[in-house]
Amino acid sequence: MMDQFTINLLFVGASFALYIGIAIWARAGTTSEFYAAGRGIHPVTNGMATAADWMSAASFISMAGLIAFVGYDNSTYLMGWTGGYVLLALLLAPYLRKFGKYTVSEFIGDRFYSPTARLVAVICLIVASVTYVIGQMTGVGVAFGRFLEVSNTTGLLIGAAVVFAYAVFGGMKGVTYTQVAQYVVLILAYTIPAVFISLQLTGNPIPGLGLFGDHTASGEPLLAKLDQIVRDLGFAEYTVHHGDTFNMVLFTLSLMIGTAGLPHVIMRFFTVPKVSDARWSAGWALVFIALLYLTAPAVGAMARLNITDLMWPNGTDGQAVSLEQIENEPQYDWMATWQKTGLLGWEDKNGDGRIQYYNDASPAMEEKAAANGWAGNELTNFNRDILVLANPEIANLPGWVVGLVAAGGLAAALSTAAGLLLAISSAVSHDLIKGAINPSISERGELLSARIAMAVAIAVATYLGLNPPGFAAQTVALAFGLAAASIFPALMMGIFSTKINNHGAVAGMVAGLLVTVVYIFLHKGWFFIPGTASFDDADPLLFTVKSTSFGAIGAAINFAVAYLVAGMTKETPQEIKELVRSVRIPRGAAAAQSH
Amino acid sequence: MSEEQSNDYWKANLRLIQWSLVIWALVSFGFGILLRPLLSGIKVGGTDLGFWFAQQGSILVFLALIFFYAWRMNKLDRQHGVDEQ
Repeated sequence: MMDQFTINLLFVGASFALYIGIAIWARAGTTSEFYAAGRGIHPVTNGMATAADWMSAASFISMAGLIAFVGYDNSTYLMGWTGGYVLLALLLAPYLRKFGKYTVSEFIGDRFYSPTARLVAVICLIVASVTYVIGQMTGVGVAFGRFLEVSNTTGLLIGAAVVFAYAVFGGMKGVTYTQVAQYVVLILAYTIPAVFISLQLTGNPIPGLGLFGDHTASGEPLLAKLDQIVRDLGFAEYTVHHGDTFNMVLFTLSLMIGTAGLPHVIMRFFTVPKVSDARWSAGWALVFIALLYLTAPAVGAMARLNITDLMWPNGTDGQAVSLEQIENEPQYDWMATWQKTGLLGWEDKNGDGRIQYYNDASPAMEEKAAANGWAGNELTNFNRDILVLANPEIANLPGWVVGLVAAGGLAAALSTAAGLLLAISSAVSHDLIKGAINPSISERGELLSARIAMAVAIAVATYLGLNPPGFAAQTVALAFGLAAASIFPALMMGIFSTKINNHGAVAGMVAGLLVTVVYIFLHKGWFFIPGTASFDDADPLLFTVKSTSFGAIGAAINFAVAYLVAGMTKETPQEIKELVRSVRIPRGAAAAQSH
Repeated sequence: MSEEQSNDYWKANLRLIQWSLVIWALVSFGFGILLRPLLSGIKVGGTDLGFWFAQQGSILVFLALIFFYAWRMNKLDRQHGVDEQ
């Protein structure tokens, strides 16, 4: 019988061999292929690749964990990260495809007839994308740390090297087909354990239905059971709304707008054959994304139930799990393996040989703790980002499922990191260097500078990933706020309003980005350096608005400033109004290239 | 194609977008968050309808919306003679 470490290596190794094989087979030749894969990709294929590109460490590794430990209030991630596709399909995708250039900043530069606008857009894209990659690196660290059984930091460094080698390999074309393979790996890895667990707990093979079904062991509805046991331990009830409603709305809106403003997702819609296909593509992307997003809330709730059951094997009224059980019984093996990563920890504070897991901050628990001689919560560290990866082990599923999940988590993190690095490198080489600094650069020089930009981006992200400003999904949420405040309004106004001129767009983007960056840095530390924050998200500067939710306000500022400045400056020239008119109409889109 | 024709096409598109976005906001910000207390009487599997909308329903409606929009627009393109040939 193979041990788990070998199984993990096998699954991860096999999946990597597959991706690299595809990347070599479809290696990018010309610059056009490198960026936009020759515009010859079918909407379903494109949708699947977009889904892989989109669903990153944040969706795969981190999100269900955040939902599990908070419950209803973190539904924001589910609605926010899917609702953005509606905006993308209705407001941006078809028009950008009609416009027919390679990058988002090219559109902004041409529409606002201003190299400055293009430059500002490039800076916005780079700021948002680098923040996003930091979140990915956090997830990569968790995944590599676990499957190589090393510390989180070592895992992160190894992961960074792999991501770099991987992203440099090919451009979009290689990446598109690789991402289709990655999608298949990641969706199987996410849903298979969820189906097993849903069957165990509810008897329903579809996790999204099992979530609203009955818990087999108790006969009660699963969510009612979960509410009850977390209440018994002094935690906030799972299905109840506890947080601030205003912040919840703003956060959801920021994630939605940000989704429609992120360059690596928008770039995908440049690669479909026709304008009508761009509309379908957004729908197909959401189909493939929804498979994971409809499953995630079930994964979160069921894992929370399983963890609580493991910590209280005799029920929440009985004795807590003993140290002896944790050491000897096979269903507790995952605790020892995750302890090695430094992301899980426990301590027998009262020396009774048992680990009591409860909310020691809850006043309701004080009496019970005193009566039983508990000295505080003894499951001292449970990093939210480990939940999905540890989930199959927590549910005691077979070794091959655990290996599959390790491969899936890496696929999610790698595919997005690669897509983002591509967006960053094209922004630097195509828009910044060829577009502004040195227009006469050769194709070779452009490709070389693209790769150097990738290397620099990954180094910065790795360094900051060692001290991330939050769990993977929270860091990624910051990136969405930045994209929401800067790029989305400029794109939308560029298409839907002929009034907005060059000065308006530039002023809007600068205002939106600056205000949002400053608000984030005030709460998360300047350049995310620990210890430099003046405020805390628990008690934010502005009402109840957390730094992760500020993107929607930044976007509103962007719109307002753009309209104000455009109203005071020279009107948009006639030929630009014609350009906007032509972007709005599908007829006449440049033909797709075959490949 | 005349300017008038393309204006009609654009207006029809904007109307469609407006209605789609009303539904988009209603199922997420509405049923999922702000109107949840009003829906709390409707029980769904151990919790209420608002919770279901926040964790499943809104996503399903988003999907339906995008496909509906794509289908309507592609039809509209042909009706107004602005489809790709």
